[in-house]
Amino acid sequence: MCERGRWVLASPFRVQGSSAVADVGEPILQLKGVSKHFGAVKALEKVDFEVRLGEVMALVGDNGAGKSTLVKGIAGIYRYDEGEIVFEGKPVKIHGPSDTADLGIEIVYQDLSLADNLDVVANMFLGREEIKTPYRLNEASMEKSSRETLDSLSVTTLTSVRQTVAGLSGGQRQAVAVAKAVMWNSKVVILDEPTAALGVAQTRQVLDLVARLAGRGLAVVIISHNLHDIFEVAHRITVLRLGQRVAIYKTQDTNQQEVVEAITAGTVESVPGMAS
Amino acid sequence: MSASPDLENGSVAEAVNPSVREYLQAYWTRVKAGDLGSLPIIFGLIAIGIIFQTQSDVFLSAPNFVNLIRQAAGLMLIAMGVVFVLLIGEIDLSVGYVSAVVGVSMTLLLREAGVNWDWWFVIPLALAIGASIGLFHGFIITKARVPSFVVTLAGFLVWSGVVLILATEFTDSGTILIQDDFVIGIANAFLSDFWGWALAAAAVGGYAFLQLAQRRARSVAGLPVRPLLVVAAQVSALGVVVAIAVSIANSDRGVPMVALLFIFFLVFWSFIAARTRFGRHVYAVGGNPEAARRAGINVDRIRIIVFMIASFMAGVGGIVLASRLRSVDPAAGGGNLLLNAIAAAVIGGTSLFGGHGKVISALLGALVIASLDNGLGLIPNLPSGVKFVVTALVLLAAVLVDSFTRRRQQASGIA
Repeated sequence: MCERGRWVLASPFRVQGSSAVADVGEPILQLKGVSKHFGAVKALEKVDFEVRLGEVMALVGDNGAGKSTLVKGIAGIYRYDEGEIVFEGKPVKIHGPSDTADLGIEIVYQDLSLADNLDVVANMFLGREEIKTPYRLNEASMEKSSRETLDSLSVTTLTSVRQTVAGLSGGQRQAVAVAKAVMWNSKVVILDEPTAALGVAQTRQVLDLVARLAGRGLAVVIISHNLHDIFEVAHRITVLRLGQRVAIYKTQDTNQQEVVEAITAGTVESVPGMAS
Repeated sequence: MSASPDLENGSVAEAVNPSVREYLQAYWTRVKAGDLGSLPIIFGLIAIGIIFQTQSDVFLSAPNFVNLIRQAAGLMLIAMGVVFVLLIGEIDLSVGYVSAVVGVSMTLLLREAGVNWDWWFVIPLALAIGASIGLFHGFIITKARVPSFVVTLAGFLVWSGVVLILATEFTDSGTILIQDDFVIGIANAFLSDFWGWALAAAAVGGYAFLQLAQRRARSVAGLPVRPLLVVAAQVSALGVVVAIAVSIANSDRGVPMVALLFIFFLVFWSFIAARTRFGRHVYAVGGNPEAARRAGINVDRIRIIVFMIASFMAGVGGIVLASRLRSVDPAAGGGNLLLNAIAAAVIGGTSLFGGHGKVISALLGALVIASLDNGLGLIPNLPSGVKFVVTALVLLAAVLVDSFTRRRQQASGIA
């Protein structure tokens, strides 16, 4: 199948080889010592996190390590209790989801961002539809932009952008969700478990897409439980454990063994529940 | 498709205009995969016509045809509002009595013994009452997070009580006559032959214009367009149907005035649903409220407006029903009105689960229900219970067709 042929081009080795590019430059998004407490529970405790343009940063950790809380803080769903968010070198305040979008940060939630009954174009423009002459939707222009964005990401498996999302495979849905995120000139794309519940071929499609985003110069944050996937696409790996950052690795300098150790037994500075 | 050479440069298949043959093939593939659109109901209407005509040759006669349109009109208008509520995956059980509240309010305000206001002031006022009832329902549903089923069930009881109170407050019998000529004319006047044809020409011309404008916009943007021949065929098909309808109506009393009203609302709400940002958001809220919320859509606002649309259109229907009877009474809005309005939307192809349906389904569904009602009434010596049984079976058949085609669509991946 020609699909298979395409995967040879998109070999993971190419991605790892290019990781040197990402080593330079200032981080575009930086969290400095952010904390979030829910009552007595310290979901995040003075966590530092950063991602650079052109880089895929993986965020890993066991359940309850604070990954979601960290992302929700960036998304504007929660506000951190302390710490600073720095974007493009300047401290910023995020009060709600629209602030995040205004900065150029897009978050792709697993399967939560698409309406099944709408077609691909309607989904990609959901909430930001183009309008012409007082109230009419500019369908032709939206269809064109959707097609161009999907083309630029080399999403080739979609036969029609006027297909409803319900008829798409898991990989295609994820591709549409990602395309939706990058269409708005975003600089940072955060993917929450993009490969969960996908088959082997579809996982490949998505990882390929992630690599291409970084190749286009975007900063990509990928949250995943699947270390195999992460080692294929990520340039760096941030490990959270019990609400703290216990390690940060360059992918080429580490191995899965070491990361697993950090996830399960990384040294935390303070143990939750004990007076610090 | 995967063998297409476009994969070489990684682009989605280039915009190539399909030929008529390719277009028809694609259409047939969609039909086979379960994307039937309005086909089942159109065949259903044809079948109803044939069956009743064989039972009673009055059914397809010109006077009965005109009566049928007048009988269906009120239901159609109410069902249009119900379509919107079903689209967001909610239900409104109050539309029957809300229509009666609006009809009774209008009649009371027009009374010569009462305030005796003019129709041009009373009708908007009565409709505003209808819309504010919807605002009230929507507000409770969204802000207090009570299921619409419960809120509108309470509305069903409250508004039936209000109708009873209002109607019996001023007369002993509760029957209040309408004396305003304009209001009576809404459902009882007819267009002259000339204006009937003018309406037909405007409808077909407008449809053709929209189709061509849309085609041109796509063409300018470099997107594939439908073959011109297909557009021409669709416009002519509509033209033939409209021309037959108008000539039949003109051979009797003419096109009922109320047709003007429901065509206006059909076009207006179809435009809102399919071509505006608000309409797109309505579908999104029905398909995936969480996705809509994350996309920055104010879901509560959409819900409230939709309940206002439902009550407003119930009001429009209520005015038409009152006008047709030339009076209102305490029984207004009762009987099967509510269930028929919901059934009309569903028979027309609007899903009860949200996100799927079109405004025109209200028109087609109401036409089916009114035809059954009318046709079964023409058959002599038929127990009246048969009417309910047959309507129920048609409703069930419509839901089964919907469920079957949807499963088929999911299996074939076009959904």
